[in-house]
Amino acid sequence: MATELGPRAMFVAGGTDLFPKLKRRQFEVEALIGLDFLSRQVRPGSHETELGAGVTLSAASGDAHLGSNFHGYAEAAGLVSSPPLRNAGTIGGNLCVDTRCNYYDMTYEWRKAIGFCLKKDGAICLVAPSSPRCWAVSSSDTGPMAMALEGLVTLVGADGERELPVAALYRDDGIDYMAKQPSEVVTALRLPAIEGNHSAYVKLRRRGSIDFPIAGAAVALQLEGDVVRRCRIVLSAVASHPLEARAADDFLTGKSLDEETVRAAAEIAAKPAKPLDNADLTHFWRKRMVRVVVEQAIALAATRTGGSRVKLLGQQTE
Amino acid sequence: MGTFSKAMTAQNGFSVIGKPFPKPDAVSKVTGRAVYADDMLPARTLHCRILRSPHPHARILSVDTSAARRMPGVQAVITGVDLPIKFGILPVTQDERALEHEKVRYVGDPIAAVAAIDEEIAAAACDAISVEYEVLEPVMSIDEALAETKDERIQDYGGPNNIHKLVALEFGDVDAGFERADHVREDVFFFQGNTHLPMEQHSAIATFVDGRVTLWSSTQVVHYVHRALAKVLELPMNRIRVIGAAHGGGFGGKTDPFAHEIIVCKLAMLTGRPVKCTLTREEVFYAHRGRHPVLMWVRTGVTKDGHITAMHFKTALDGGAYGSYGVASTFYTGALQTVTYDIPAYRFEGCRVFTNKPPCGPKRGHGTPQPRFALELHLEKIADDIGIDSVDLKQRNFVKPMTRTVNWLRITSCGLDECTERVLTASGYRTRQKRRGRGMGFAISSYMSGAGTAIYWNDMPHSEVQIKVDRGGVTAYCGAMDIGQGSDSVLAAIVAEELGLQPRDIRLVTADTDTTPIDLGSYSSRVTFMAGNAALQAARKMRDMLVEAVAAKTGSPGDTVTVAAGRIGDLSFEEASILAEARFGTLTSAGSYTPPKIAGPYKGSGVGPSPAYSYSACVVDLDADPRTGIVKVNKVWIAHDVGRAINPLLVEGQVEGSVYMGLGEALMEEQAFRKGLHKWPSMLEYKSPTFMDMPEVETFIVETVDPEGPYGAKEAGQGPLLPVIPAVSSAVFDALGVWIDEVPVTPEKIVEALRRKEKGEAPRFGPVRFPSIPYPTCIKVEPPPRTLEVGSASAASI
Repeated sequence: MATELGPRAMFVAGGTDLFPKLKRRQFEVEALIGLDFLSRQVRPGSHETELGAGVTLSAASGDAHLGSNFHGYAEAAGLVSSPPLRNAGTIGGNLCVDTRCNYYDMTYEWRKAIGFCLKKDGAICLVAPSSPRCWAVSSSDTGPMAMALEGLVTLVGADGERELPVAALYRDDGIDYMAKQPSEVVTALRLPAIEGNHSAYVKLRRRGSIDFPIAGAAVALQLEGDVVRRCRIVLSAVASHPLEARAADDFLTGKSLDEETVRAAAEIAAKPAKPLDNADLTHFWRKRMVRVVVEQAIALAATRTGGSRVKLLGQQTE
Repeated sequence: MGTFSKAMTAQNGFSVIGKPFPKPDAVSKVTGRAVYADDMLPARTLHCRILRSPHPHARILSVDTSAARRMPGVQAVITGVDLPIKFGILPVTQDERALEHEKVRYVGDPIAAVAAIDEEIAAAACDAISVEYEVLEPVMSIDEALAETKDERIQDYGGPNNIHKLVALEFGDVDAGFERADHVREDVFFFQGNTHLPMEQHSAIATFVDGRVTLWSSTQVVHYVHRALAKVLELPMNRIRVIGAAHGGGFGGKTDPFAHEIIVCKLAMLTGRPVKCTLTREEVFYAHRGRHPVLMWVRTGVTKDGHITAMHFKTALDGGAYGSYGVASTFYTGALQTVTYDIPAYRFEGCRVFTNKPPCGPKRGHGTPQPRFALELHLEKIADDIGIDSVDLKQRNFVKPMTRTVNWLRITSCGLDECTERVLTASGYRTRQKRRGRGMGFAISSYMSGAGTAIYWNDMPHSEVQIKVDRGGVTAYCGAMDIGQGSDSVLAAIVAEELGLQPRDIRLVTADTDTTPIDLGSYSSRVTFMAGNAALQAARKMRDMLVEAVAAKTGSPGDTVTVAAGRIGDLSFEEASILAEARFGTLTSAGSYTPPKIAGPYKGSGVGPSPAYSYSACVVDLDADPRTGIVKVNKVWIAHDVGRAINPLLVEGQVEGSVYMGLGEALMEEQAFRKGLHKWPSMLEYKSPTFMDMPEVETFIVETVDPEGPYGAKEAGQGPLLPVIPAVSSAVFDALGVWIDEVPVTPEKIVEALRRKEKGEAPRFGPVRFPSIPYPTCIKVEPPPRTLEVGSASAASI
């Protein structure tokens, strides 16, 4: 059906992002294909845990197994939007959530008044008019965390089933931000069990009650004593795709985790983040805050390893 | 959430007044059974959508509606030529049109309207209307508005350039006051504009039957809508009926007559069918009439011991594209500084400019939260300069009850001292631990219990109530509109108290220009005081009739007949009412309220006088993260002098709601513009705290029993918002040692101020200069005698 209708149809799961966008005519389709049939199960296993794409964000955030084994993932799911929307929104939907831009997430009339943008009905990007591409911001909270946890997604399409690392799901483009075929559906997320891995997600937003991220850091960390054996840092909401901070991962690996190395790693991780003036608050401030959320996420993950007691930098200790 | 004060349970000799009764409409609203304008759908209703300007400033060259008219389902299309008569809330600024056919002045200015069989068709038809514009240079800031006009002025009155209104007043000898001072300080502050954000969007539905227009609307003032409709539709007022539908929140944003209200009436007249228009959330941002952005400069002289000798206050208001209440707003930015602090000599210069933005107007606290923010922080800085504790300095200058201010405002009851002590004690403000990143802030404020003068000049009462008793049933009629603040509850409580009944026994008919006598509406915190006094008068007249009838029947003297617990003397209320109806015929009584003539003897004295002022004090406790600048409010303590709480449950609700709204303004709300457009006309992007962002609030009700209020009551709906905003900025200073002299206090401003502090620059964020404005020469006003004669304030004509 999806293949047949092509761009005239969209899939809908929770619909929490899709329905408002239909009203604002950001999406204009003739048909919606419901994904109610997707699994809502979390299936723990010794090698990996499989989450059906239909698992709601509230279910993921409250799941005891995820909470103890993939703490950062449950945390990220619990920080998406607001309680009623988490009850409807699914983990599959959050992985695929549309990129955001405050020139784009507006009504038809507003967009017509300012001049339509590249992402919908227009020819230029209003954030960076001289650039040939769209700079809408990747706004998934769970996507970066699933990447840091080295997760895999299952895609099902007319041609059958395939598996991809979560990282390969995304492209650095505000319009074509997904690497999957439009007719393919994410049916499951699999998070591998990595011995001694601890994770954390820190999200920056104006209101802790509802907002999309304006910066965020997903960190997965394996420590031996205070020494980092393995580290994955992925940033949210600072580019058109979840931004992997590989240089910072490499920098930290093999180092002893103390305040100074955390600070230095956060500095390296924040460097490629280039927030633009298309989300809440100023992009200068957001750029400065990337470092802070990375430090906080590393410190938080480190405390969860139980072995290390790195002070939570920049946060009040209670 | 709040802690009930003693007043909640006090035995005060009343049977209803002072008891926490639920609102008469509480159940219907929380269960979805209340009928809002948008819920109404009479048979054959047409739906209206409005085409709005995409340009902030442009001349309209032509409007072609032919394609829209041809669309199936479209029943009528109108443009500005169909509604050319100008209107506006103030008689001096009749500058709006329901639909503009000559010129548009902000993105969102209405141009054409369509009535169609459904909303989608109406919207598509709007999209099919083609408008040819000559685009003009937009004016988007106070500085641009003051500068030489590039293309043409936004409005064709006012001036020079895009100045709308200039005022300059001086009370007492200000220069001498500064000379007498031991210390003089100047500061500049900015308060960003923000909007009301009511949960219910504006909505209106009109019918035209037998030559009469009936409009149901979500409005705060049926009377002013009635007047505007008569003017623009060119119909006598007796052929128009305006009814307030169930109301989902106003906060000042539904106090003007609006284009869509006029448009649906016109379309109903043209089509003969009911026509409804519910604004989209985006359109609500364009209807606006919200908080003016205000740039402020203040200079104050004090003696060594902190007594104020003189103050000079200058304001510049960014008014948006139309007049609205702006002239009043301008005066309000200078009027109420004197009702909290004793200022012996005072100069005020105010200026409102036009810009190409949605028009600003009255929002909760109308024109006074901005100067209150400036004044409270300014005094703290002065205290710091001269080495006095800032709370002490403020307290030393508090006004006293039964005095007159230098600008002729009459203060009767005043609970400033008690409010201050209550919040300082409860919060432990004076003994708080000093720690980087955690702070407390303190501020006070005052607000009016209704404007002492009407919007259009007249000598008639401001509020009237009729009571009908018919076979035991009591109905009270009043033009007042319950916008959620609880005015219905106040009316029912007062009538019930006087007739020995319970509030649920009183039927209310309100806000209907055909069936209810006048009330000027739910704005300026006037309803409890004014409609309350009118209800009291009407109810006492009715009680007298009932008592007289019972006394005549039983042969006992009237003053021995008790009225309580559903009985008049030994008879039930119903029996008594039958006797009275037999004796007097139809049982009706009427009461009215006209404010005392208390305005000072100078031009501009009409803004500021009120029969009574409420007082508030507040302490805010918060964490401010020095790295991110993110502020988390932990708790707010607030005390409010309401005179007497007629219903303490609703007073608490109003106080907590004010705290909520104040915190939003203090920390995040911002009417921002980009490329001539409102930057974020949506509830997700325009940041306002949600229910889950609210801190704990502890409320104290202070009762000073005002000599003229009904049972001593004053206002509660607006005043408590005012101190919250400066208290937040003050608490940030307490936590981090930097002043944020600009609202909202956002994380980026705090981080920037801390960076400046680190570099050895002035540890603040805020405006650095006040522009040069061609204020006229001050009107010099001789101050009045400063104490009130005993007996000059007395129970209102009851």
